[in-house]
Amino acid sequence: MDMAANTTIAGKQDTGASVHARRVVSYVVLIIISFLCLFWFYVLFINATRSNSELSLGFTAVPSTHFVENWTNLKNGTLPILNGLINSLVIAFLTAGLATYFSAMTAYAIHAYDFKGKKFMFTFILMIMMIPTQVTVLGFLQLIDKMGLDNNPAALIVPAIASPAVFFYMKQYMDSTLPLSLVEAARIDGSGEFRTFNQIVVPLMKPAIAVQAIFSFVNSWNNYFTPALVLHDDTKKTLPILIAQLRSADWLKFDMGQVYMMIAFSIFPVIIVYLILSKHIVGGVTLGGVKG
Amino acid sequence: MNKKSKVVSYNKWGYIFLIPFTVIFLIFQLVPLATTIYNSFFENYRSGLTQIGPNFVGLQNYGTIIANGDLPTYFINTMIMWLMGFIPQILLSLLLGAWFTDPSLRLKCQTFFKTVIYLPNLIMASAFAMLFFTLFSDSGPINSMLMQIGVFKEAYQFMSHVWTVRTLVATMNCLMWFGNTTILLMAGMLGIDPSLFEAAQVDGATSTQIFYKITLPLLRPILIFVMITSLIGGLQMFDVPQILTNGTGDPMRSSMTLIMYLNKHLFSKNYGLAGALSVFLFVITGILSLIVFKFTNSDKVK
Repeated sequence: MDMAANTTIAGKQDTGASVHARRVVSYVVLIIISFLCLFWFYVLFINATRSNSELSLGFTAVPSTHFVENWTNLKNGTLPILNGLINSLVIAFLTAGLATYFSAMTAYAIHAYDFKGKKFMFTFILMIMMIPTQVTVLGFLQLIDKMGLDNNPAALIVPAIASPAVFFYMKQYMDSTLPLSLVEAARIDGSGEFRTFNQIVVPLMKPAIAVQAIFSFVNSWNNYFTPALVLHDDTKKTLPILIAQLRSADWLKFDMGQVYMMIAFSIFPVIIVYLILSKHIVGGVTLGGVKG
Repeated sequence: MNKKSKVVSYNKWGYIFLIPFTVIFLIFQLVPLATTIYNSFFENYRSGLTQIGPNFVGLQNYGTIIANGDLPTYFINTMIMWLMGFIPQILLSLLLGAWFTDPSLRLKCQTFFKTVIYLPNLIMASAFAMLFFTLFSDSGPINSMLMQIGVFKEAYQFMSHVWTVRTLVATMNCLMWFGNTTILLMAGMLGIDPSLFEAAQVDGATSTQIFYKITLPLLRPILIFVMITSLIGGLQMFDVPQILTNGTGDPMRSSMTLIMYLNKHLFSKNYGLAGALSVFLFVITGILSLIVFKFTNSDKVK
């Protein structure tokens, strides 16, 4: 009781000072945490610019001059990284496109129409949203083997049409921004349902599609588990599989400059894109609350 | 609703627009789920060059993975590494979330800090693990820095000690996910009625008291949501320990996770045991998902 009374009186007097102190503490902690987030990538950048012999001498904080040399060596080396880059890009682009377009379509079906089983469908999709792909991957591998899709990137792309998490985001977005009166107006003007969806709904959904396209793209770009089980040919492999290959090779024999360059090559493009688009991405996290 | 007759005539389009999702879902998720469960009841593996099975063995596969200690061990490994990452992650996120949303602090450069803390979430987990592997290797930069400062006389073998490997995995997971959690918790904190904070301040509550007595209790639903989704994610832990330990889970399989074990059986085509393991994971994540579903359903739908 005494304590409480004291703090009220003291609180009034040094509010300014205590807020100031707390502000200083929070800035210090935030700077330390930011340092911990960025430190690894800084070291990666430095080491990607240094030659193997420089790297064996220990760490320095200043970049060296072998960036281009490491890149040329890596490009002409045994790992087919340019192939890997193209494979990763193609799969990620197509996955993002299919996932966003068809999720918007599914969300539109539930948003704009009244039909029997609609509520069940919505509940069902929400329930399956959290089930990880890993638990069905055994059956998935047997299935694509029977379908002749083993070792075929299509097996990684086509399933993106059913993306419950993207669907959920689209549905939330439609609830808040897509008035049904607009759809009605299009009907009165004689627009077919499919055309209304493509020419009116999709353009209105652009912000949501952009955010989810980024997330789908990054998820596919980073995905290692399923691609490693599906793709077997060197020419078809994606970057994460090549990273794993680099890890399982007798890596001490490697030119470490090339190893760092390879890691940098997989990480920095995403960082650059992220820095350009960060506003949309950080804002999008909250809206699409239900992610892994 | 007053134009019901009009809506009804367009009804069939609802079904038509649902076709792509439903067809793909049935083929690529539901059928595989059924065959995975089916496989778990069969003995089906390769021993050398001879193919054993598939023979129906009932629940024997489930018995095998539990009796030989694999499932319990890898489950415990997974949970230990998840907890080691999750506890600092949630504490850090609560702290940062409270600071970012505290109006009396008025922190500057918030966008910068949020951008930085979210960054690791988008990094390719396998490349990040490979980076940590090279940085913490015996002749890597971390060892050389520690030796330059004089912490160690000779290189510390991070990769051959149980707890350093687990700590590295947990550190990476924490780094990759605390930004995401912070942003989710901030959304929850910003959703709290500001008049509650004002009333508490007028009554002379300190910011610590406000945090424990108002913010935390009101944040409970979203905290539980974050915890369970993170647990589901934790059960799927794969990329980081797989690349860091090259799939061995060394030392002494102490960092082998459930999905790494599944991956091993899938590669060696031991479909019986892989099936039993998948069903086990499906049941756990299914139960956890139902809990999450209850939360999202009450919070977000309607």
